[in-house]
Amino acid sequence: MTVKSVLMQLALAAALLPQTAFAERGRDGQVNILYWQAPSIMNPYLSGGIKDIEAASIVLEPLARYDAVGEMIPWLAEEIPTLENGGLSEDLRRITWQLREGLLWSDATPVTSADVKFTWQYCTAEGGGCAQIESFDGIAAIATPDAQTAVITFSEPQPFPYNAFVGAQAPVLQAAQFGDCLGPRAPQCTQANFNPIGTGPFTVTEFRPNDVIRFDANPLYREPDKPAFASVLLKGGTDAEAAARAVLETGQFDYAWNLQLSPVVLDRMTASGKGHIVSGFSTLMERVVFNLTDPSADLGPERSTTAHPHPVLSDADLRRALSMAIDRDLLAEIGYGVAGRPTCNILSAPEIYASSANDACLAQKLDEARALLDAAGWAPGPDGVRVKDGVRLSLLFQTSTNAVRQDFQLLIKQWWEDIGAEVELRNIDPGVFFGSDPGSPDTYQKFHADVQMFANQFVGTDPEAYMAGWSCSRIPGPDNQWQGSNVTRFCDPAYDALVAQLRRTAGLKERARIVRQMNDTLVQSHAIVPLLDRGRLSGHVASLGGVEMNPWDSELWNIAEWYRITE
Amino acid sequence: MAEPTRAPSSSRTGDIWRQFRYHRGALAGAVILMLVILAVFLGPLLWGLDPNRLDPLNRDLGPSWAHPLGTDQLGRDTLARVMAGGRISLAVGFVAMALALTLGTLVGVLAGFVRWLDGPLMRLTDLFLSLPLLPLLLVMVMLFRDALSARFGPEAGIFLLIVVAIGVTSWMPTARILRGEVLALKERDFILAARAGGTRGWPMIRRHVLPNVLSPILVSATLGIATAIITESALSFLSLGFPPDFATWGRLLRDGTVYLETFPERALAPGIAISLTLLAVNYIGDGLRDALDPRQNPQ
Amino acid sequence: MLTYTLRRLILAVPTLIVIALVIFLLLELAPGDPMAQVPLTVPDEVREQMRIALGLGEPAPVRFGKWLWQFFAVEPMVWWDARFGTGFAEGTQRVISWQTRSPVMELVMQRLPQTLWVVGMAYVVGILIALPIGIYSAYRQYSLFDQAGTFVAMLGYSLPPFFSAVILIVIFSVHLGWVPMIYDTTHRVTDWESFTFQVRQSILPVMVLALQTTAQISRYMRASMLDNLREDYVRTARAKGLRENTVVLIHVLRNSMIPVVTMIALGVPSIFGGAIITENIFGVNGLGQLLLTSIRANDLPTVQTVTFMIAVLIVLFNIIADLLYGLLDPRIRHG
Repeated sequence: MTVKSVLMQLALAAALLPQTAFAERGRDGQVNILYWQAPSIMNPYLSGGIKDIEAASIVLEPLARYDAVGEMIPWLAEEIPTLENGGLSEDLRRITWQLREGLLWSDATPVTSADVKFTWQYCTAEGGGCAQIESFDGIAAIATPDAQTAVITFSEPQPFPYNAFVGAQAPVLQAAQFGDCLGPRAPQCTQANFNPIGTGPFTVTEFRPNDVIRFDANPLYREPDKPAFASVLLKGGTDAEAAARAVLETGQFDYAWNLQLSPVVLDRMTASGKGHIVSGFSTLMERVVFNLTDPSADLGPERSTTAHPHPVLSDADLRRALSMAIDRDLLAEIGYGVAGRPTCNILSAPEIYASSANDACLAQKLDEARALLDAAGWAPGPDGVRVKDGVRLSLLFQTSTNAVRQDFQLLIKQWWEDIGAEVELRNIDPGVFFGSDPGSPDTYQKFHADVQMFANQFVGTDPEAYMAGWSCSRIPGPDNQWQGSNVTRFCDPAYDALVAQLRRTAGLKERARIVRQMNDTLVQSHAIVPLLDRGRLSGHVASLGGVEMNPWDSELWNIAEWYRITE
Repeated sequence: MAEPTRAPSSSRTGDIWRQFRYHRGALAGAVILMLVILAVFLGPLLWGLDPNRLDPLNRDLGPSWAHPLGTDQLGRDTLARVMAGGRISLAVGFVAMALALTLGTLVGVLAGFVRWLDGPLMRLTDLFLSLPLLPLLLVMVMLFRDALSARFGPEAGIFLLIVVAIGVTSWMPTARILRGEVLALKERDFILAARAGGTRGWPMIRRHVLPNVLSPILVSATLGIATAIITESALSFLSLGFPPDFATWGRLLRDGTVYLETFPERALAPGIAISLTLLAVNYIGDGLRDALDPRQNPQ
Repeated sequence: MLTYTLRRLILAVPTLIVIALVIFLLLELAPGDPMAQVPLTVPDEVREQMRIALGLGEPAPVRFGKWLWQFFAVEPMVWWDARFGTGFAEGTQRVISWQTRSPVMELVMQRLPQTLWVVGMAYVVGILIALPIGIYSAYRQYSLFDQAGTFVAMLGYSLPPFFSAVILIVIFSVHLGWVPMIYDTTHRVTDWESFTFQVRQSILPVMVLALQTTAQISRYMRASMLDNLREDYVRTARAKGLRENTVVLIHVLRNSMIPVVTMIALGVPSIFGGAIITENIFGVNGLGQLLLTSIRANDLPTVQTVTFMIAVLIVLFNIIADLLYGLLDPRIRHG
């Protein structure tokens, strides 16, 4: 923590002092929150949707979570187990979590390590369709030597053992409530899935799926003077535009989630000073991905497989030229305003992983791109489209149907045409494009096009699994039902070696060095072209205090600290 | 063989026209619709800006002489886009109407004319009338959009899909009305005479039946255009219509509503264009219905 | 009459089964994936597991059969159990929504009140405005009032609801601040103050929707009145020296209402379908919004069930309209 931020915290604490002096729970009435995509379930294990995870985070809490800058902080646990404090064993195969003293569920029963163990069993039960099963990867057993202690044993050494029970997507469930909901019975426990008993600052009083959720302050919450609000109304529905109006202009709601609107519109709406915008960046990155294999329909079942390299895009200089032609600043400004930050890296956060080796890409260089193409032997043909060895520089560019992405497609098409490419655009319904139906020809994994654009990120702060996604073995193809995250079909033994090395290395510094090297390898191959980091962007009324945007965890992570500012 | 007496259709058309002229609203509607069509189809000759040309340096501008309706977030000229959008929206309206009309006329005339087809065809019509149309329309559009856009290209594919979807969900009223008309017509003298004269089948329908059911067809047609235009814009509003980079009035209106306070012209221009066109079409339909109603006799 | 009703009801059964099949087949062809909303951070193997957990692994005819059984047997049993405290439906599987993992019928029951209040209210308001306009317009055909009435009706046909709704929101909620822009579905009416709030929060969506109803019904009423005003019995009644009010408001109106009432009955199912666009704009999370979110999330059991219920209502109200016509019009007798 820097000196400046310490000072800021002190100042903030000082500002809060007069209020906290005679603070009591529930003094500030109701806070109204608007999620324009309505939460449909309160159990994050049965839904991967961000909206559902965030709504559930008001009630269900993990052992540890990430704060607004992505640092891990203990939540239901006493402290973060590390090598130094002995919580993590030397062989990296055992981690010991110690629960806080005196924790109670909202039904007044104590929280024990049995609940922690049960949560693992719940998610890994056969036939339950648990969405967060990856968080529990590699866990061999959980022992409960006493009611406060949970000892997780991994089947292999885990340099980063903080996936289970860390972050809003993997909270602790109450064993008593979900005990009968294991495996195939999980979806049938409607009452439990809608009204989970938790340890958080609020409890569910009414849940109407896809419509509205009401919460009341949890009388047994561990901090006696919190939460400041007596109740929460979380409304779903309408759209980003109406949500922004309801918070920034009319003040009917106090907090609105995900206000992805044009900067011009947001500027106008915040001009009155009735509300503010909060934003923060984590790892969500919008990228253009080249297909290194040939997507030609003539190849039949071998289409977009590693059997045939791409006739045009196998040329690294060409890929570099296409990347140089993009004006990332303009894209960020037009598409996302303050929630967009141009980037040249796969990973720009957490800060320790951000490489500075590729920053040259930030400036658009059309002339240099043309020169590069000339030098690489791509000569302009009679119609202006470049040709090399009889192959035309003609690309099919696909993405999901989404207004901002279509704007980006048009701009990128114009720039690429400027340097002598021929570009055809296509957009596919997101339900199909991101759907994983192996029977559909139009998924982003089948990649029946030359170029595609989408955004991806990883959960938490450890990029190991995410970066491993570009190993040769993760290339989607017929042998793995087209599942795998390496959609660009990038394959480099040197990269795979780095992946293996990272898996063996503990210690943040050394891991960060390897990750930066992996990042540079990927970026400098120009198989993946980072465009911009996309942040979270939400709004709250001026009278709502304590909001701290947390892009690493749930936006509602510190709702216990929210309060009404009175003049 | 002597040609049987034909229905007095030519003089009837004159009658209709005379009645129609009395209906001031209908006349105004006709004029406005003609103006809208002219503006949308001939406007680009006068206003030569390319609706799809990006100009990021001149984005998000208010109205000016260079761009009377300003520019959008990519610097495209809004006026040019409204005209381009109008071409698509009107084309959807007319083609979908033509399809619904053809289907409706086919089913209606066949049911009225061919006795053994009457039962099954009317069952089918009832079945379609019992389907919840808007949900099914939404489902259909989601369903086939990718298959069709892969087959015919994104623009033609979606155009085809929307037109067909609207067409097959809106032919039923026409069919019902026409069946009734045809059944009544069958008992009329000139049809009986024609039948006695040996006219059968298709020539009979073409020569004697169709000209005499022209009026209800016309009324259905005007209503059909209105339905089709409004349905397309509703689909666009729900993001289930044409893809975002493809200007139609519905799409422009949807994208423009966000800017209602910052750049009102972006929402108002397509919104007023849709409303004005529909108003004109509805007034024409109203006038036609009055004019065609034999019992009506304005002073 | 009774035999006619029975015959119509029995004939409706095959129609409904065909409709159910049509809806099912359409949805079956859908290329969408209910897992598409799950973020990319969830690995594919996990998605596949989730898909199997939804029952998507089974073949289509089995799923259709199951759905029919659940809809026609299990759901009524559940209803019966809830009503009379019996236990017929214990241990049976209800129609479960993929998105929320809860019974679809419970979602429908949650959504019904708000839809009935807003859309139903709009229908009633629309009719109440439409009838006087239609009657007076016909009586004074081509008068200024008739022209104005016609214009309002035409406007109702011509203004897309998403255009008028957004403009109304900007004017009345944002600038004037008179009414809330997002509907609070949890609001309960307990006293006068909460009642006025309920009125204020429903006024915009009700007005947007009522304009369309007004347009339809007033044109229909006008046409029907015009037809009757030209009838011989009107001339006879006037000749008999009956007061003009009696002639128009009793004799003509009674006869003109016959087709209008059937028309109104035919429109009732559309209330239950909700108003997809208007509900979405104002955050009235009723049946229309349920349908839209389910379609977007590829929640097929919900789409299938809700769409089919609307179809049942349409068929039912078609029969009711026919019966009403028979009851009101002495010239028609169903044998």
